[in-house]
Amino acid sequence: MIGDRANLSRYRSLRRGALTLLAVAAVYEVIARSGYFAPALMPPLGTVARTLIDSILDGTMLWHAAFTLYRVLCGFSLAVFIGLPLGVLMGRFRAVENFVLPLSSALMPIPSLAWIPVFILWFGLGNTVTVLIVFYAALFPMLLNTWTGVRSVNPIWLRAAGAMGADERAMFWKVIIPGASPFIIAGLRQSFLRSWIAVIGAEMLAGSDWGLGWVIFDAKEFLNTDVMLASLIVIGCIGFVTERLVFGSIERATIYRWGMARAAKG
Amino acid sequence: MHDVVDNLAPALLGGDAGPFRRAARNAFPFVVVGAMWEAVAHLGLFPAQFFPSLETVAATFVRLTLNGVLPHHALATLLRLSAGFILAALAGVTIGILMGRSRRAEDILLPLVSIGAPIPGLAYAPLFLLWFGPGDVSAVVLVAFVSAFPIVYNCWTGVKAVKEIWLRSAQAMGADDRRLFSHVILPGALPYILTGLRLGLAQAWRILVAVEMLAAVPWGLGWLIFGAQEFLNTDVMLAGIAVIAVIGLALEKLVFQRLEEFTVVRWGMMS
Repeated sequence: MIGDRANLSRYRSLRRGALTLLAVAAVYEVIARSGYFAPALMPPLGTVARTLIDSILDGTMLWHAAFTLYRVLCGFSLAVFIGLPLGVLMGRFRAVENFVLPLSSALMPIPSLAWIPVFILWFGLGNTVTVLIVFYAALFPMLLNTWTGVRSVNPIWLRAAGAMGADERAMFWKVIIPGASPFIIAGLRQSFLRSWIAVIGAEMLAGSDWGLGWVIFDAKEFLNTDVMLASLIVIGCIGFVTERLVFGSIERATIYRWGMARAAKG
Repeated sequence: MHDVVDNLAPALLGGDAGPFRRAARNAFPFVVVGAMWEAVAHLGLFPAQFFPSLETVAATFVRLTLNGVLPHHALATLLRLSAGFILAALAGVTIGILMGRSRRAEDILLPLVSIGAPIPGLAYAPLFLLWFGPGDVSAVVLVAFVSAFPIVYNCWTGVKAVKEIWLRSAQAMGADDRRLFSHVILPGALPYILTGLRLGLAQAWRILVAVEMLAAVPWGLGWLIFGAQEFLNTDVMLAGIAVIAVIGLALEKLVFQRLEEFTVVRWGMMS
């Protein structure tokens, strides 16, 4: 009975959700076709869909997406390779913490995109600037989450492991890293989110010739609103897929399995 | 929204040492980095125009502050930030609470929110510029639109997280809908709402500087930095970035920590 009712209300939610989307699409379509706005500014949905499919089929959209992903991954992995070990060191050694924490407190409130003009002057237009901006955006969430995670490892676990004769290495790999993992994974996720925002902005302002951010900005010059909307859809899809599939499955494979999800939510 | 440590500044180092020791310890890394910067600048590895020494940046900062250019830019940015953020807070809190209270509103609005949220706000910027024209309107609307998402999400979660037993006991004690809302739901959801506002403000701040670069507004810190690039004025850019850092820190420390101390911490809902 209860199962039936839950199913029923779930079905009703789905139906209402679908109805909203349809209604919004219909309203958009009516406004677009009414000719109240120029069709160049508000293309009908059919045109957007056709542009999207065409650009995927002839490969341009795939190239743009590939360039954007390449830049994100470069900057993001750089941030992880530097932020993760540095965060662990900060959590373990007071001296490192004393040095790095004031600096990161001062740098963190500066939005990464504010550095774009400076970086353009220093490194010229192109990939370097974009990758560095992504790196800057992703570094601090990674660093500070790792630091908090390492510091929040329960001291009883450390002492218990020490009493049972764990050496430094075992302590690190078997206690500290798993203990800090909810925070580390939250940091990875947050870093990726920031990188994804930063890469679009950086490509708009410092883009060279490829990339989803650049194509949106470039399409504005020629009033190709259909291209802009099609790229927006692609950007949304990639963001959604990485957030849900990649990080969702990492979480399921690690902290949920180890029974640590509560700590991550806390 | 799994933010463990979000936001702008973590606490500076405290510890048991006296205030003087603490200040020295916080200042030490800046002295080291500053000295390295000076060394590179004075060695002339890079042209001074691209890599100005700190004295030049400080002199530019003082000059621009005294002749009123920098305060004017900062004021324009702050006005835009507050306009966008207030719009976002009004709309976001209303929509979020509505979604938390009414099943129908939740079913209708959730698909829209979950489609809009994963798209980085800046990606909308060219679209908004086309629709609303370059200038202040696009900038404010875009900032409001982008920072509304975390606010909606957190208000919705907060209202749903109010304990069922509080609602029932208030109802059993004869609270009507209005009192239930103002005495139970609102205080109960407040920690989440404040988190949402804080995330929204941080988001607005991060996006605004870039929007100012794109939207061709006459005044604003983003525009100052971006315009200085044309003339290779690296010192102006760095002075602008310093102001941005100060404003960012102040937003976090002065606005939100105070607000939290006065509400949720005092009511014992958060320590």
